[in-house]
Amino acid sequence: MKEIKEKHALLMRWTHWVNFPVLTVMIWSGLFIYWANDAYGISIFSFTLIKFFPEWFYKYFHIPHRLAEGMAFHFLFMWFFFINGLLYIAYTLFSGAWRELVPKRNSFKEAWQVLLHDLHIRKTTPPQKKYNAAQRIAYSAIILMGAGSVITGLAIYKPVQLYWLCWLCGGYHFARIIHFALTIGYVLFFVIHILQVALAGWNNFRSVVSGFEVIETEPQIREEKTLTANNAENETNGSK
Amino acid sequence: MKPTDQNKTKKPLTIEQKIKRRNFISFGAFFALGGGAVAGWKWLLNSPEENAGITGGARAPLRRALNKTELFFRNFFSNNHLAKTYPKERAAKIVRVNSLIGIKDDKDFDIKNWKLEVKIDRKESLKISIEEIKALPKTEIVFDFKCVEGWDQIQHWAGVKLSDFLLHYKLDALAEKNYMGLETPNGKYYVGLERDSVLHPQTILAYEMNGKPITNDHGAPLRLIIPVKYGIKNLKRIGVMSFSNQRPRDYWAEQGYDYYSGL
Repeated sequence: MKEIKEKHALLMRWTHWVNFPVLTVMIWSGLFIYWANDAYGISIFSFTLIKFFPEWFYKYFHIPHRLAEGMAFHFLFMWFFFINGLLYIAYTLFSGAWRELVPKRNSFKEAWQVLLHDLHIRKTTPPQKKYNAAQRIAYSAIILMGAGSVITGLAIYKPVQLYWLCWLCGGYHFARIIHFALTIGYVLFFVIHILQVALAGWNNFRSVVSGFEVIETEPQIREEKTLTANNAENETNGSK
Repeated sequence: MKPTDQNKTKKPLTIEQKIKRRNFISFGAFFALGGGAVAGWKWLLNSPEENAGITGGARAPLRRALNKTELFFRNFFSNNHLAKTYPKERAAKIVRVNSLIGIKDDKDFDIKNWKLEVKIDRKESLKISIEEIKALPKTEIVFDFKCVEGWDQIQHWAGVKLSDFLLHYKLDALAEKNYMGLETPNGKYYVGLERDSVLHPQTILAYEMNGKPITNDHGAPLRLIIPVKYGIKNLKRIGVMSFSNQRPRDYWAEQGYDYYSGL
């Protein structure tokens, strides 16, 4: 027999889906800004492995010469990103939902099992509640990353007025590097996230839109329970 | 009311019906809101450019947002918040030249005839020579010059603190106006600065770079160094200084950049 099991609160779903387009706009406009001084890359022994970003990339996304436009978008959507994130964090803290999100002591060990299972190396299914151990780590990390983007962003944005934030981030240069690296992190997160959601299937995906999952329960046990519950209710009603 | 009566009028939904109904409502809302978001985005993306004036070149709603955001972040401004300073050894020997608007397009400029013109009112103006400015107390600063493009460089400048200059020439009452405008002698480059940043203790009228007179490309004989702003506001070769309660014209604000551009 099917049963509806509540999974995600409305506010969690709302902030999740608001964040997706807002973060997309932030990354897009961020590229306009980054292009004006695209200093970063990964190199080993002065051999450049990756340059952020190659010309074809800029061309394909129409990035060049849009700094002013990028800043205008970035400094509007930063508000939405911040408010939306704050809403999620506040809700998660006050509702107690953080208990199912924040990694537990054994989460790191368990996350390894999740990884082995997902890579089809291990057969046994690791324990899965609302979130499994790997999800706890990933989804907590992404919230910390979001906070990191806000903090490093402010440090770059107002390095004189918010000098203490800039200092906290290790200075102007380091703040800019973290701000950039976090963005790369979001893109990597996105790729894995989409893959995992596709593999997890419809029931899981639906829960982030409608809030519930449908689970199969054994019918007989369920029916007995409901019967006794009804009886109990009738009895108490009668006694009153 | 008896429970049996209720059953006749309204049967409780089966699980399947409940699932269907909740799917319908939530996905309906999801796509409706999603559609709204797409429509909103298209509206913003295709929103008309602001009317060209003191500011220009940005989408009208985005300009409004920039101006509102300015007001918010102005709350964090304080004269006690100083740009970080460095020892002189850290200053770049080769100082970056990023733009020469107002300098290379002024072939007639003769540094010997240069005087700073301070507009007192419509008729009157003060003319001040570089010698007079150099006679005022000197302030040095080694700080991280930040360009709106994202690069930065530690640079060593010296000159007179702008607030000292205003006091000395009894311009402090005039400087109580909301804005100061600065322009190059040929008027090709110009900036507007709000009072707070003008009076910030690290804002200087500079005539020396790395201990020597400023070179032509860096804005000889006198330029603005204002660490609480991006480089675009650090006008080279000041020709005219004026005061107003409205925003003076600003070169990059006309091209879609934030008017405030404060750090």
